[in-house]
Amino acid sequence: MEAAAAGGGCGSGPPPLLLSEGEQQCYSELFARCAGAAGGGPGPGAPEASRVAPGTVTAAAGPVADLFRASQLPAETLHQITELCGAKRVGYFGPTQFYVALKLIAAAQSGLPVRIESIKCELPLPRFMMSKNDGEIRFGNPAELHGTKVQIPYLTTEKNSFKRMDDEDKQQETQSPTMSPLASPPSSPPHYQRVPLSHGYSKLRSSAEQMHPAPYEARQPLVQPEGSSSGGPGTKPLRHQTSLIRSFSVERELQDNSSYLDEPWRITEEQREYYVNQFRSLQPDPSSFISGSVAKNFFTKSKLSIPELSYIWELSDADCDGALTLPEFCAAFHLIVARKNGYPLPEGLPPTLQPEYLQAAFPKPKWDCQLFDSYSESLPANQQPRDLNRMETSVKDTADLPVPTQDVTGDDKQVLKSTVNEALPKDVSEDPATPKDSNSLKARPRSRSYSSTSIEEAMKRGEDPPTPPPRPQKTHSRASSLDLNKVFQPSVPATKSGLLPPPPALPPRPCPSQSEQVLEAELPPQLSRAPSQAAESSPSKKDVPYSQPPSKPIRRKFRPENQATENQEPSTVGSGPASAATVKPHPTVQKQSSKQKKAIQTAIRKNKEANAVLARLNSELQQQLKEVHQERIALENQLEQLRPVTVL
Amino acid sequence: MAVCVAVIAKENYPLYIRSTPTENELKFHYMVHTSLDVVDEKISAMGKALVDQRELYLGLLYPTEDYKVYGYVTNSKVKFVMVVDSSNTALRDNEIRSMFRKLHNSYTDVMCNPFYNPGDRIQSRFVSLGRAFDNMVTSMMIQVC
Repeated sequence: MEAAAAGGGCGSGPPPLLLSEGEQQCYSELFARCAGAAGGGPGPGAPEASRVAPGTVTAAAGPVADLFRASQLPAETLHQITELCGAKRVGYFGPTQFYVALKLIAAAQSGLPVRIESIKCELPLPRFMMSKNDGEIRFGNPAELHGTKVQIPYLTTEKNSFKRMDDEDKQQETQSPTMSPLASPPSSPPHYQRVPLSHGYSKLRSSAEQMHPAPYEARQPLVQPEGSSSGGPGTKPLRHQTSLIRSFSVERELQDNSSYLDEPWRITEEQREYYVNQFRSLQPDPSSFISGSVAKNFFTKSKLSIPELSYIWELSDADCDGALTLPEFCAAFHLIVARKNGYPLPEGLPPTLQPEYLQAAFPKPKWDCQLFDSYSESLPANQQPRDLNRMETSVKDTADLPVPTQDVTGDDKQVLKSTVNEALPKDVSEDPATPKDSNSLKARPRSRSYSSTSIEEAMKRGEDPPTPPPRPQKTHSRASSLDLNKVFQPSVPATKSGLLPPPPALPPRPCPSQSEQVLEAELPPQLSRAPSQAAESSPSKKDVPYSQPPSKPIRRKFRPENQATENQEPSTVGSGPASAATVKPHPTVQKQSSKQKKAIQTAIRKNKEANAVLARLNSELQQQLKEVHQERIALENQLEQLRPVTVL
Repeated sequence: MAVCVAVIAKENYPLYIRSTPTENELKFHYMVHTSLDVVDEKISAMGKALVDQRELYLGLLYPTEDYKVYGYVTNSKVKFVMVVDSSNTALRDNEIRSMFRKLHNSYTDVMCNPFYNPGDRIQSRFVSLGRAFDNMVTSMMIQVC
């Protein structure tokens, strides 16, 4: 909150007071309390506040002094403050003086020097170690309005209730005799306020003791106040305190009922694991975040109302980026769980649910998957089994895990592969004309079975994206009719990307495609290629090809095959002339290319078959078209014949 | 400082309007409504330039006897209108700009909430979204003692 640039204060002494709304609220509350306790004659208290001007609302000096003392500032500071605020001068604590004093107290508590200038800047509210100031403490951090930490009030009230009693006892013991000791509560109005509070808080103290036994014991050597205060009069709490007490007792009960040992906003181990599992079901990567829409769908399943869910989101999305990281998600989930169990939602994110706290508390996300609500964690779960050793939870769960996850993984991998298979041939075959689509459609079911090889061949095809994949060769190495060869022959386009034009049909050989590629009609182009290949080869090796012309045709039959299948490997081409006489490189080269050749051949076969089917279909449809044409002509003739009869 | 703060949607209906309850709120509603014309006028005047160059802060829309009305437009044509007291002479332009910037940031935070449907009212009466937005607006409309 910012201090307003407002007009001047109402008092002449102190400087213009800049108060924010929260400050004003709590100051006025404090003032009312102090004034309300004034009743008749105030306790003498501090010497400077002995007179009370009639007709003005002033804060009684006694409660004011107590309040100031409760701020835990040294006595001289308090004197300074009272002096500065003008109460000494005026003689009483009017509202202005009181407010200035409070502001100065806040400044002093923040470590600023007690001067008039200090109150000009914005300050947190003064903190008083008194139970009646619980309400203040709730407003206590206006600067953090967005994330007011409710747990701090809980804790501080407990601490306060302890401290207050001790401090007040000590102070009373050391005080001037003007302050009556706590043991005689009805004797003075200043104590009147405190007693009912203490009574109200005594029950809180018991639970608070459980919460923080250690620090309290260290701090409080005196435990006597409990007995003396509860021996006080019947509770007649002031208006201001009843509501506070009631609210706190209710909340304290809730806390007692909660998962013990900690506040309800603290996430236990099991809860944490459950949340982490849920997170992974939505988003496999633990370090990234869940988008808003995904989280929205997920949290809507919790059947909380939309306003509550949006409020929970507001609380938990600390960086307001529309997405939940793992700690944010855990916080949100925890809030939802708490809400469903009936806890009211906090005003601000509790400190135990802050992302930094969660990350610090649980640095290593635990991947023990004891709760599987969804199936999709296959891959990451598979990677995590090695981390499961850290878990102190049931080991048998981890033993059970690898089996199902691996199965799921296997399925997933197959699914992945198949999708990849589908994707690649699809992409490749979309390039050529539409007849190819049916080829691809037919090719796909087969390609799935040849998982790796089809990928390779598809990859090869994909290597020439601009050019359509090479037309299938019109050879039929297996059982397919030679008629189709002749049918397709005239329509064979020029070869692309190195595949040779289809050779005439020949009886199948052990390496049918190779031989078919090579023989007869290909000799002239091959021979023409020979000089080109010779030119490619190193000059020193020129003699070799030329010296062995008769063996060229035989050798070249592998060469074009190499060119056909491995365009990208000029080394094989170069190796050809180098090892002219020997046939050894040929088998090795052959082996390299044979696999690819086979893959290509299978694809070619499939395409051929698809082509055949389409061609048949086409011819049939053409037939039907002709017939329909003829029918139409006949009908038109009839119509013409009939027409002159009717139209007269 | 600000006496009334309003957030108006692109279609010129109010998403959020809040004024200090000292006087009848209807008057402020009316003022905001009339200021929309001025806002549109300014947008169209600046609209000749590219949208990127258009500045978001529109400045003083029009002064009345008691109040001054300032405007601010986001890139998605969501308008913020703020009415301040004329007696606040200490208020400078920069401060108004910073207030609008804070408004804009809070509004963005509200938008980030996936449970918020754009076009809904920014309610904070119930335990719902907009609480932070409301708090921020409250901080701008403080009362002086």
